[in-house]
Amino acid sequence: MAKKIVVDPLTRIEGHLRIEAVVENGVIKDAWSSSTMWRGIEQILQGRDPRELWYWTQRFCGVCTTVHSIASVRAVEDALDIVPPLNAELIRNIIIGIQAVQDHVIHFYHLHALDWVDITSALEADPAKTAALAQGVAKKYAVDVLGNRPYAKNSAQYFETIKQRVAAFVGTKRLGPFANAYWGHKAYKLPAEANLMAVAHYLEALDWQREVIKIHALLGSKNPHPQTFLVGGMAIPIDTNSQNAINADMLAHIKELLVSAKNFVEQVYIPDLLAVASFYKEWGSYGGGGGEFDFISFGDFPTTTGPRFHDRGLWLKPGRVTVADFPTLHEVKAEDITEYVTHSWYSYKEGDDKGLNPLSGETTQNYTGPSPGDGKYEYLDTDGKYSWVKAPRYMDRPAEVGPLARCLVAYANGQPEYKKVVDLVLGDLNIPATALFSTLGRTAARGIETLIYAAKNLDWLDMLIANIKTGDIRIHTGDKWNPSTWPKEARGVGFHEAPRGMLSHWVNIRDAKIANFQAVVPSTWNASPRDAKKQRGPYESALIGTPVADPEKPIEILRTIHSYDPCLACAVHLLDEDGNEVSRVKVL
Amino acid sequence: MSKDESVWTEASLEEYLESRGVSRRGFLGFMTTVAATLALPVSFAEKAAAAVTADNRPPVVWMEYQDCAGDSESLLRASRPSVGDLILNYLSVDYHETIMAAAGHQAEEALENTLTKYKGKYIAVVEGSIPVNKDGIYCMVGGRTALSSAKEVCGNAAAVIAVGTCAAFGGIAAGEPNPTGAKGVMDVIKGVPIINLPGCPMNVVNLTATIVHFLTFGTLPPTDRYKRPLFAYGKRIHDNCERRAHFDQGQYVEAWGDSGHRQGWCLYKMGCKGPSTFHNCPTVRWNDGISWPVQAGHGCVGCSEPGFWDTMGPFYDRLPDVPGFGADVTATKVGLGLTAAAAVGVAVHGVAKTMQLKASGGDKE
Repeated sequence: MAKKIVVDPLTRIEGHLRIEAVVENGVIKDAWSSSTMWRGIEQILQGRDPRELWYWTQRFCGVCTTVHSIASVRAVEDALDIVPPLNAELIRNIIIGIQAVQDHVIHFYHLHALDWVDITSALEADPAKTAALAQGVAKKYAVDVLGNRPYAKNSAQYFETIKQRVAAFVGTKRLGPFANAYWGHKAYKLPAEANLMAVAHYLEALDWQREVIKIHALLGSKNPHPQTFLVGGMAIPIDTNSQNAINADMLAHIKELLVSAKNFVEQVYIPDLLAVASFYKEWGSYGGGGGEFDFISFGDFPTTTGPRFHDRGLWLKPGRVTVADFPTLHEVKAEDITEYVTHSWYSYKEGDDKGLNPLSGETTQNYTGPSPGDGKYEYLDTDGKYSWVKAPRYMDRPAEVGPLARCLVAYANGQPEYKKVVDLVLGDLNIPATALFSTLGRTAARGIETLIYAAKNLDWLDMLIANIKTGDIRIHTGDKWNPSTWPKEARGVGFHEAPRGMLSHWVNIRDAKIANFQAVVPSTWNASPRDAKKQRGPYESALIGTPVADPEKPIEILRTIHSYDPCLACAVHLLDEDGNEVSRVKVL
Repeated sequence: MSKDESVWTEASLEEYLESRGVSRRGFLGFMTTVAATLALPVSFAEKAAAAVTADNRPPVVWMEYQDCAGDSESLLRASRPSVGDLILNYLSVDYHETIMAAAGHQAEEALENTLTKYKGKYIAVVEGSIPVNKDGIYCMVGGRTALSSAKEVCGNAAAVIAVGTCAAFGGIAAGEPNPTGAKGVMDVIKGVPIINLPGCPMNVVNLTATIVHFLTFGTLPPTDRYKRPLFAYGKRIHDNCERRAHFDQGQYVEAWGDSGHRQGWCLYKMGCKGPSTFHNCPTVRWNDGISWPVQAGHGCVGCSEPGFWDTMGPFYDRLPDVPGFGADVTATKVGLGLTAAAAVGVAVHGVAKTMQLKASGGDKE
């Protein structure tokens, strides 16, 4: 018997996402992904100063709170041929790097873990056995594999304290954010001790994330929404003889936080990830999409200066891989991106069945969904338009972006850091490389990336220190700060590999004002609805074939959707000035 | 709240704190911080401590509408108390989409339970604006419009705390030409006490201080005409700015990275909106007091002011000249003058925008 189930609100994500799925004989047969909120920011941007574009687009998302700023300053710099100083690139790399590390750890413990960890079962755990488990896991990974020290807190007494704390909380019978969940669901497979360990680290990670992100406060004034980005560089000055600038003391503080971030990732996150994953290996065969979509990354992390972004010695190289011929690497080009609105709440002048490149794209809203007034609607008309997210396609095929895509592309590129860690994880879990194309692979790839980034962040800091040592304290290229120096018309694109995947901002500047702006963001790729050929978006394909034991409690849907780390507020598209017309933009 | 749910009412403060893994010393340290944020005497800490430790944890529902989750992320940066303590020990956060374990109809049920059981007694926190155009279809959660949800959830709350500039004043989505008809809570909901904690995002220090004030005195703290608590929004950035001396001396940053910039001079000429912005950034700062925009070298953009997206832009243009600004003019005069000038600015921008739309033949949403 087929049954259509709805998960809305799909919680533990950023933004408003709704999933409708048809379940037949306990397996998902089809699925639809819908974004249900729209703000119209691109339209609001018309006519504003391009130098403040980053401040506006930053508000697309408060979770990945730096990424749109980065893409926007890069887009305007590209349009105006501005090359930021190396110091600014390296400061941005540190900001980007710690954002990804912090974001991925929060995702694992606070957004994703409760799909795998039954916190109520933690009350049955034996703290001494939990300590033994944690010490064993930490020793195996932290010492033998990663060459790091084991986590200091893995004592029986520590876990006893945590257990008491959880017991006291549960004793109030008011579970707050933990109420009414799928606790006791048979899909939870961890032993009680593993659950207690995970709960302990859920709480530890809450404190840890607050500390390590202080790097954003040091370099960016605050977090969320750091405020020192500038077109042309950064607003945080460098002066080793000043107390109002980046000086030796601040560099030492940043290093301390970066080391603490790296330690937690190596000593707690990765051991926990691998320990939890070992109980859920069957998820290495769900959530992969069966080859219906490819994987793309456009590269990031400049290591040198250069005229254009892609000339700046990017540490992460661009590329595309497919399930069919992995690990063959294919090239990527901006002009191969098209966007469809066939099933999105927009219309194209030439008809909605045609894909348009963002270079010549158009966006006119056309809401055809339900209007429930003070009531509530039951289902979306998924045969028609059903989402505020457009459907981007690469070479007319759906594509996944994000940590898994970056991992696969870097692996195919032969990037040594990635090869080593990917092989380590596959070997440890004793799963084949094909298992990477899955829910488990996606969650593992996020951990792999975090491990690599956490170490790499210290390299960015060392490079920054080395450059300052040469006497270079420039943080801004100011010769084109004054809009009177700009051409009458300019167009540019800014790429960024955000935590959730490849992000691109496209800007058209006319008479020193924003004439047009478009963003193609990670969750637009991943959460996209169907296109003109009825090809599903990645979320939709990935859900097919997933078992759902209890349609009333579809925890399996949460597992796969959360493995993407959805971020919906920024995924929606906006109108341009006339509801059409998007400029030609310089390509790579 | 009925007696049988108050399982901790009989316990001593020490027993209660111990059971929650909180040391008394640490707790009083937190209360002292709250007292300082609220500008109250330190003796207040003991009184407030008693108020928050009985298990009269107030039920809180945290609604996200047209938001970016930046205020939720700000909540995660809470340190005294930590977010863990906040959500486990101080509040009963019964609904919060970004952190709650339940999803789909179980999540809606959790909300309904609190709305029914604690009708008129829970605190509603709202993040994000509420779009009213086209009967509210621009933001729907669980098949309902944000507008309809807000009417029910906020309308039956003991009090509403609007966190962030979007929930307070409409924020970025309400930027000209406001395509979705985005509004702040106070423009949509009437008849319920509302307090606004604007900022982009709100600083979590101000949220914890407001909650403790409510728990202790049973009322919301006194506010200004924009419903902002005076303890956090009673003074201009400019009045407390660490760079004020440089303003008075006429020492200004002229270019990013110049010697004045490196020496922490005044950012007025780089577009700083501190003189017309009411917020406590310079005193409480961010992320455990590490920094705030001016300290890090970038001007204030006025993010706690209504309509700042339109009134404070362009962000890098200096505020309109005020005659004789410098050592002999009080901050009050400068601030008042600049606020008025900024208000004229928005009217002009609005007119220009309307003309531009008309010229292009569009008056679409």
